[in-house]
Amino acid sequence: MIGYPPELRELIKVVEETREERMEQVMKRLSLEERDELVHRWHPDYRKDTKRPLRIGPNKGEIVYNEIADLLEAWPAEDPDEVDLSKIDYDVDVLVIGGGGAAAAATLWAIYSDVEPDNIVIATKLRFGDANTVKAQGGIQAADRPNDSPAIHFLDTFGGGHFANKPELVRALVTDAPFIIKWLEDLGVMFDKTGEGEMIENAGGGASRKRLHAARDYTGLEIMRVMRDEVWNYGVRILEFQPAIELLTDPETGEVSGALLWNMETGEYTIVRSKVTILTTGGFGRLHLAGFPTTNHYGATADGIVMAYRVGANLRDMDSAQFHPTGVAWPEAIVGELITEKCRGLGAHLVNVEGRRFIRELEPRDVVASAIIRECAEGRGVVTPTGRCAVWLDLPLIDIINGPGTIKRYLPAMYRQFMRQGIDITREPVLTYPTLHYQNGGIEIDPYTHVLRPDGSWIKGLLAAGEVTGGVHGKNRLMGNSLLDITVFGRRAGITAAKIVGEKASKPKISLAHVKRYMAELEKLGIPRTRRAPKILPDYRGKHVLERYINILY
Amino acid sequence: MSKSRQVIVESPEAVVGKKFVTIYYMGKKYRVPAGLTVMKALEYAGYRFIRGVGCRGGFCGACSMAYRLPGDYKLRTGLACQTVVVDGMIIAQFPYTPMHKPRYRIDDMKPDAGLVIKLFPEVTRCIECNACTKACPQGLEVMDAIQTILRGDLARAADMVFDCIACGLCSLRCPAEIRHPHLFQLVRRLYGKYMAPKAKHVEERVREILEGKYDEELDKLVELAKTNVEALKKMYMEREIEK
Ligand SMILES: Cc1cc2nc3c(=O)[nH]c(=O)nc-3n(C[C@H](O)[C@H](O)[C@H](O)COP(=O)(O)OP(=O)(O)OC[C@H]3O[C@@H](n4cnc5c(N)ncnc54)[C@H](O)[C@@H]3O)c2cc1C
Ligand code: SF4
Ligand code: SF4
Repeated sequence: MIGYPPELRELIKVVEETREERMEQVMKRLSLEERDELVHRWHPDYRKDTKRPLRIGPNKGEIVYNEIADLLEAWPAEDPDEVDLSKIDYDVDVLVIGGGGAAAAATLWAIYSDVEPDNIVIATKLRFGDANTVKAQGGIQAADRPNDSPAIHFLDTFGGGHFANKPELVRALVTDAPFIIKWLEDLGVMFDKTGEGEMIENAGGGASRKRLHAARDYTGLEIMRVMRDEVWNYGVRILEFQPAIELLTDPETGEVSGALLWNMETGEYTIVRSKVTILTTGGFGRLHLAGFPTTNHYGATADGIVMAYRVGANLRDMDSAQFHPTGVAWPEAIVGELITEKCRGLGAHLVNVEGRRFIRELEPRDVVASAIIRECAEGRGVVTPTGRCAVWLDLPLIDIINGPGTIKRYLPAMYRQFMRQGIDITREPVLTYPTLHYQNGGIEIDPYTHVLRPDGSWIKGLLAAGEVTGGVHGKNRLMGNSLLDITVFGRRAGITAAKIVGEKASKPKISLAHVKRYMAELEKLGIPRTRRAPKILPDYRGKHVLERYINILY
Repeated sequence: MSKSRQVIVESPEAVVGKKFVTIYYMGKKYRVPAGLTVMKALEYAGYRFIRGVGCRGGFCGACSMAYRLPGDYKLRTGLACQTVVVDGMIIAQFPYTPMHKPRYRIDDMKPDAGLVIKLFPEVTRCIECNACTKACPQGLEVMDAIQTILRGDLARAADMVFDCIACGLCSLRCPAEIRHPHLFQLVRRLYGKYMAPKAKHVEERVREILEGKYDEELDKLVELAKTNVEALKKMYMEREIEK
C-alpha cells in the first residue's frame, strides 16, 4: 500500500512543527459541568434522532437506540408451531451461549465447581474465540499496586459511568480483580512484567491510578487463547457456527430450560435442554448505531438481548453506547478499527488540523469522543481522501517520550495494522474519528449473575455475563474494565451455575410458550412480519448485487 | 462536513471512489472498488461470509487466504481483512486448518522442551525450509522459533511467537506437518506459568482482600452510591490522579 497522499503529507507537517511546543503543554482536567456540557452537545447518545421509546415488552416506554428497538419490535426467526420439541439433541446441565471470554471463564469455573465437562455444551456463532474479546488490546484493570486500592478502583469506575452503575456489581468487579489477574497468571497468561515479576501497569482514561495490565497490545487475544486452550483441554463439547436463536422455557414454571440453535451452514435447528443457561453473547457493534463504523467482531449483533427480552429480562442503560474516541478514519480499508487507548496512555496527543491539542487525552471516553466530534463539526478537522472528517493522533510522540522501540515492543498490533497500509506510526501520525465500540448497558443481573426482571425477581435457569449485561459500567465503561467484567462475572456465572445444577434434581420441561405470548403482542401492535430477529450477521453485500438477487437455494 | 461521519462505512458504496480493480476469487472475475480489503471487496461483489471471517481486525486468524499477483510466480499468503485488493490478483481462502490439539493438564507439566516434543513429536522433523516464516502474515520468525524450541529455549521461543494469531497458514505450508498454533500456545503457557517471575504484589493484594482489609471502605462506598451520590461525586472529583 501507498501510505499518505501528498495533500495529507502537507498537513502532517503542521503536526510535526507543533510537536515540541505541545509537549510542554499541560491540558486542564475538565470539571463535571464542563464534561456534561461537551457530552450533551456532541455525543450521539444525546442526539434526538438516534433513539425512540420501546413499544413492546418488559421495558415498554423506555428510550433505546433505534437499531435496538428495531430488533426488539420484531418477529422470531422460527415459527414456534413448526419446531418439533419432542426430540432433544443435547440434554445437559449447563448450556453456555457464546464463544468469547465470558463464555470461556464461565465454562472453566463451572468445571472447577464440579460440573462434569461432559455435561456442558458451548454453542457459538462463529468459531470459539471469534469474538470481541480477542480484539481487546489495551489491557485489563485491577487495583494491585501499593498506591492503589479496590476502593479507588470503585470510585474511578463509578464516576466514569456517570454514577449510574449498579453499586453491588462494581463492588464485585473491583474486589475480584486482583484474584482474576492471579488466576490468569497461573493459567499461563504472559502479562507484561519487569524482570522481578512486577506487573507493568499503564494509565487509562478515567482511571486515577496506573492499573492496566497488558500483554503487549494483544491482551484480549492472550487471555482468550489461554482460557480457550484450557476449555479444549477439558474436552467440553463446542458447537461452532450454531448460534442460539431462541431460549426455551418451562411452560409451567417459566424458567429458562435451554435453547434453540440454528446451524448456519445447513439451516437445520438443534434443541438443547439444560438446567442452567448462561448467556454470553457479547455486544451490538455490528448494528452500526447512528450510522457509525465499529471496532466489533462480525458476530456482534445483540442476539442475546433479543432472546433474553422475550423471556422477560430487564434491560438497562440501552440508551447509551460507547463510541471509542480513536477509531481509524483513514485509510478506508481499515476504517472503524481501533487505535487502542494505550496510545494515549503512553502520551500520544490528539491534534486538530491547526496543530493544536483540544482536550486532555485521558478524560473518560465519551468526553474525548465528544471533543473530537466537536472539532470536526466546527471545521477544525482534517477531511480524508474518502470524504470523512478526522483529527490527528500523534503517535510518534510515544517513542519520543518513552524511548525508541516502545511502539514496536508494546504496540506491535498497532504498528502492524498501519504498516500493512503503508503508514509507519513510529514516524507518522494517524487520522482518527470515534467508532462504535461497546454496549454499555444490557441485561440486568445481580452479583451472582442471575438475570433479573424489571421487578428484581430472578428469571430462573438463566444467567448472563459479559458485554451482554448492563449495570457494571453505568453509562460509560472505562478502558480495561471489560476484560475484567467478563472474567469476574464469567467466573461468577460458572460458580452459580454449578450451584443451581447441584440443587436441581430433575430436568425442566421445554417449550416456546413465551415466544407465542410475545408474538401475540407483536400482532396487536401491527409490527410487519418481515421484521425478524435475532439478526445473527450483518449484511454488507453490494447494493448493485442485491437489486438483482433471486433467492432459489434457501 | 459533520454529515460525513454518519455514513455506514462497512457499506463500501457509501464511500467508494471512482477507481476500480479486477480480482479473481476462486477463478471468478469481479470488478471491485480500489482501496478495499479483500474481505470488503468480496462483500461488495455479493458474498456474505459465514466461514472465513471473524474479528475483521487481524486478531482472530479466521480469514487466511492465498493469492498470486499478475506476472509473479510467488504464492503469497495473508489475511483477507488486512490485505488490500490489487488489480489482477487471484485469491483462494483457507477458512479452516485441520489439526488435532493434544490435551494436557497444564498443572502437571514442566517447562521442559522434552515434554513439549513428546506432545508434538513432529517438531523434530523440521527441515529448516523456512516456508512457515514466509507464510506468516504476522511477520514472525516461525522457523527460528521452531529451532529455538528444539534447542530447548522455551522462554525465547515464547517471546518470538507471542504475536501468533493461530491463522494456520504456516502449518498448511509446512512439509514437516507441524501444528504450529497449538505448539506455540503450549510454549507460551509454560513460559507464563512456570518461567516468568510471579507478581508478588498481586498475590499480596489478593491476601489483603481475603482478609477483608477493604470491606469497610467498600461497604461505605456502596452505601453512599445508594443514598448520597452527591458526596460520592465530590470524592470522585477530589481524588488524586497519579501522574
Ligand atoms: C477492538 C476492541 C478493543 C477492546 N479493548 C479492550 C481493552 O483494552 N480492555 C478491555 O477491558 N476491554 C476491551 N474491549 C472490550 C472487550 O473486549 C469486550 O467487551 C469483551 O471482550 C466482551 O466479552 P464477551 O465474552 O462478553 O463477548 P465477546 O467476546 O464478544 O463474545 C461473544 C460471543 O458470543 C457469540 N455470539 C453472539 N451471538 C450469539 C448467538 N446468538 N448464539 C451463540 N453465540 C453468539 C459471538 O460470536 C462471540 O463468540 C475491546 C473491544 C473491542 C471490540
Ligand atoms: S505463526 Fe503460523 S499460525 Fe501463527 S500467525 Fe504466523 S502463520 Fe499464522
Ligand atoms: S515450514 Fe515446517 S519444516 Fe519448514 S522451517 Fe517451518 S517448521 Fe520447519
